[in-house]
Amino acid sequence: MARKGFEDHGQGLGRRQVLECMVWAGTGVLWGVSGGVPHSVGLIGDAVAAEPTGFTFLQMSDSHIGFDKAANPDALGTLREAVAKVKAMPIKPSFIIHTGDITHLSKPAEFDNADKAFGETGVQIHYVPGEHDIIDEERGKAYLERYGKGSKGAGWYSFDDHGIHFIGLVNVVDLKGGGLGNLGAEQLAWLEADLKDKSNSTPIVVFAHIPLQVIYREWGWGTEDGMHALSLLKRFGSVTVLNGHIHQLAQKVEGNMTFHTALSTAFPQPAPGSAPSPGPMLVPADKLRTMLGLSAVNVVQGNKPLAIVDKTLAG
Amino acid sequence: MQSLINHLSFAAGRFASNRGLAVAIFLGPVVGAMLAFGAVAAQDATNVITIDNFTFSPKELTVPVGATVKWVNHDDIPHTIVEKKTTFRSKALDTDDGYSFTFTSAGTFDYFCGLHPHMVGQVIVK
Repeated sequence: MARKGFEDHGQGLGRRQVLECMVWAGTGVLWGVSGGVPHSVGLIGDAVAAEPTGFTFLQMSDSHIGFDKAANPDALGTLREAVAKVKAMPIKPSFIIHTGDITHLSKPAEFDNADKAFGETGVQIHYVPGEHDIIDEERGKAYLERYGKGSKGAGWYSFDDHGIHFIGLVNVVDLKGGGLGNLGAEQLAWLEADLKDKSNSTPIVVFAHIPLQVIYREWGWGTEDGMHALSLLKRFGSVTVLNGHIHQLAQKVEGNMTFHTALSTAFPQPAPGSAPSPGPMLVPADKLRTMLGLSAVNVVQGNKPLAIVDKTLAG
Repeated sequence: MQSLINHLSFAAGRFASNRGLAVAIFLGPVVGAMLAFGAVAAQDATNVITIDNFTFSPKELTVPVGATVKWVNHDDIPHTIVEKKTTFRSKALDTDDGYSFTFTSAGTFDYFCGLHPHMVGQVIVK
């Protein structure tokens, strides 16, 4: 399986790509972090360590409620399946982070259906918008009215939980022709101020829709000024970056930073450069659920190991 | 087309192959018909730019002042049409939705998709 993934300066096929192949075969991979260095500790089902022992939260992404094309005629149905998985978890996660594209076309009925399905989890959800969530007539007003309470600008915010500082960023508005995702000067200034009083030992989780790092420029899979945000986060001992948008798993570790993109609950997208475009990927009906899913993040207090478990709807 | 031209010039230059000559005679009317079709298209008041696979086609389009250009999205994913200086901006175009804009002044108009800005195109109005 030839995959390009994050621009890795010619490191070639690494462990990440190999692990991704296993994920695409319909299993999940458990990631653990010790001393800031993530390592895979087993596949879901094999690993007893997958049982959460500390504070946990979930990442869900790219629900695309309203999408009804061949790649998945029932995006609401597969979201409901994902929600059923959440409800069946032995230990309820503290909250869910949704990394955008809640809806497909920002229509009120799509937001309503999504809210109803997510409400079933009984868990609080922290959203950031995807580009599909801000294409109402007033370009983002519908999203902000529903989810923007207490946020700044186009919907960015931060909060603290269990000693971790969480930051939700918006990189889907005011995009420039020929460019990638965009944070903008106002949001970057806010981020700098937001981090100012935080000690280097504060664990940081930053989430946004489009990957902050450039995964594949030709398809716009990256954020133009993402490196500016990451440079503000460099001094911290533990930084976890959670993104969506690309509807497939990609993981990378750089120093103290761990990058992770989530599966969609609606439809898969092709690996970078493996298709003429990043559009929805048509797969056999019995394969679809192996390519959709959610991620559980387990944070153990003290020595700060952090594990991300990706689970498909089939698994 | 290039191979056709090569084939025709080979046939015309050599006059050696009866088969080549036969091909040239046979294809002559086809080429003529294609040229005629091109002339009709250029006179059409509506110029269409299609979106397939996250790509505008044609990527560059030259039209006269007063021409109306129509964009049609054939992807399963919505796109928008945004002119760089926001001279025009479409709403989100779902599958098979279209957007038209009439160019009333000459100039070069660079546009992109507001959702996937790596998608770019250009309309030149003369």
